[in-house]
Amino acid sequence: MADEYKNINVSVLKQITRDKFTLIALLVLFVIYFSLLFADIIAPYSKDFSDRNQSYAPPSKIFTINEQGKFSWPYTYNYKREYDAGAMQVDYKLDRSQKYFIKLLPRGDKYKFLGIIPSSRHLIGVEPEVGTRGASSAGRLYLLGTDINGRDVFSRILFGGRISMTIGFLALFVLFPIGLLYGGISGYFGGKVDTLMMRFAEAVMSIPSFYLLIILAAILPSNMTSIQRFMLIVVILALIGWAGFARVVRGMVLSIKTQEFVQSAQSIGASKLRIIIKHILPQTTSYVIVAMTLSVPSYILAESGLSFLGLGIQQPDASWGNMLKEAQEYINILYRPWLLTPGFLIFVAVLSFNLIGDTIRDVLDPKSKIR
Amino acid sequence: MQLLIYILKRILQTIPLLILVSLISFFIIRLSPVDPLAELKLNPSISKETLQKETQRLGLDKPIYVQYVRWAKAFVQGDLGVCSTGESVAAKLKERIPNTLLLTAIVILLTWIVGVPLGILAAIRWKTPLDRMLTVLTSIGMAIPSFFFAILLLIFAVKTGWFPVGGLTSYNFNDMNFGGKVWDITHHLILPTTVLFTISLAGLQRQMRANLLDVLDSDYVKFARAKGLSEFKVVYKHALRNALNPMITMLGFEFASLLSGAALTEYVFQYPGLGRLVLEAVLKSDINLVMASLMMGAVMLIAGNLIADILLIITDPRIRVKA
Repeated sequence: MADEYKNINVSVLKQITRDKFTLIALLVLFVIYFSLLFADIIAPYSKDFSDRNQSYAPPSKIFTINEQGKFSWPYTYNYKREYDAGAMQVDYKLDRSQKYFIKLLPRGDKYKFLGIIPSSRHLIGVEPEVGTRGASSAGRLYLLGTDINGRDVFSRILFGGRISMTIGFLALFVLFPIGLLYGGISGYFGGKVDTLMMRFAEAVMSIPSFYLLIILAAILPSNMTSIQRFMLIVVILALIGWAGFARVVRGMVLSIKTQEFVQSAQSIGASKLRIIIKHILPQTTSYVIVAMTLSVPSYILAESGLSFLGLGIQQPDASWGNMLKEAQEYINILYRPWLLTPGFLIFVAVLSFNLIGDTIRDVLDPKSKIR
Repeated sequence: MQLLIYILKRILQTIPLLILVSLISFFIIRLSPVDPLAELKLNPSISKETLQKETQRLGLDKPIYVQYVRWAKAFVQGDLGVCSTGESVAAKLKERIPNTLLLTAIVILLTWIVGVPLGILAAIRWKTPLDRMLTVLTSIGMAIPSFFFAILLLIFAVKTGWFPVGGLTSYNFNDMNFGGKVWDITHHLILPTTVLFTISLAGLQRQMRANLLDVLDSDYVKFARAKGLSEFKVVYKHALRNALNPMITMLGFEFASLLSGAALTEYVFQYPGLGRLVLEAVLKSDINLVMASLMMGAVMLIAGNLIADILLIITDPRIRVKA
């Protein structure tokens, strides 16, 4: 019996990784999550580091050939702001007076690696050497430019990704137990309980989900800490999706409860709740796994949409959605395209999740074998 | 006759559903720590009398269930109250709902015209490179965040100048003749439609493909093939009809997800639709407007599902028998 299970798992894994697209998608997600886990090290700056003199600085140019035309250790220049009175705009020009060599593992902002080990080393950076003209000429490395507050976009993408890429999973972990239990009780008890519970679920489903989402997010009190807000957004996302899920579970429970093993559990006097949780719900596992992988992307999208509108994760915290908020201004999207990077990342992450979800469904869901 | 009774029954069923929806929305909004009249009180152009009238109409001094009954009575009679700007909510909804319906109707039409044939194509060429390519392409469409795609299209519109940026009509719309007006609206609709079309195409195409594959696997299709019918006849005469039926249920789903999906797109394109109205109302905590537009959204969604159900009864005799 145990061996059989093992074989099934191995064959599922094999089938999933056989597909080239799925393999690439898995790799992409691995790289994303790996970088997010080690964000403290990889990011040259901390989440809140800001240099007010460098707002909307373009990505640093990295040179590998020096003025003499010879190969050199990669180096970069700082930007200096110049006001162009004719065009009425601020331009960033390279300040070629001081070279900053890229350094591996330089010292930077202090952080606690994985929340425990204190460190101040970062993967790459430029030595924040105080130049000849005081602190303002310290070297800066902006791989993806800066935002309005002069914060490093690349670093914030890494820290924001931690929120954007986990919030969907957390919402699912809140939503699935609720949906399973609700659908289980409704289906198993049947009769009036079933009718009442299903009518309520249908009513929740009848409110356009995005409307409900923004309304729930808008009534959150504004004086919360960022952790509280994050948790409540998770709960709100879960509140949107449970009804549809519960309805499908109920349908499955209706057919499972007529089977013999349920009757035998009843005859030895198991309590109703025990039968639902111990005997019936485990039968829905493969559907639950499929539904979970297929719905992760929609929660990532929902969070980003909510934060994009300013109703989700709030400044100074970063999330991919709220970083795109700045892209609401034409000037930004036309002249500062690096601000759009979080959007591409959302796209890549969601696409990867979709491809993996499709493959898992094909493998686990026997009905869709023909697909 | 039986058909009519069934349809009537189905329509009557929506009434308790609507009542439940209104209860849920009402309590969510009223139990929130937001003063429904805060905006009105701050607006100097609102007279004290209006304020008094609103307080009384909403019964804010009464317990919450009394408030609900009052609200429900007023709602059924068509009195939706005033917005925080002093306009009547009903007038505002009347202005926005047709715009959203126009947008969603065009998108649904387009996705069906394109998605159904593509689904058939993928099913017939099952597991060929063409099928794979279509799946990957629709996956890509499905993965783009709607607001991000909308922003990218806006950049395109600004850079090329080929499309107007935002809104539904140009500033000189009222001076145009009929043809000009139609063209103007079409011109404005192209970008939002592109966004929503790209996002909702994937679901429809996949469903169509799966349905047709299901049907192609069934016994009667095998029988038709065994009889020696041409492949064309097997697919288009025998299989397709049954594969199309479940698509009608999709119509209801699609409408629901479009209502939600349109909100962000409307916001980015400054399109005067219901989604943007809800958003503005929420941001200004304009309770009357939120409540009314939430209800209208629910009514539209329920109506969409109802229409899909009725269509299904008409096209699929099996359901009639079951009922």
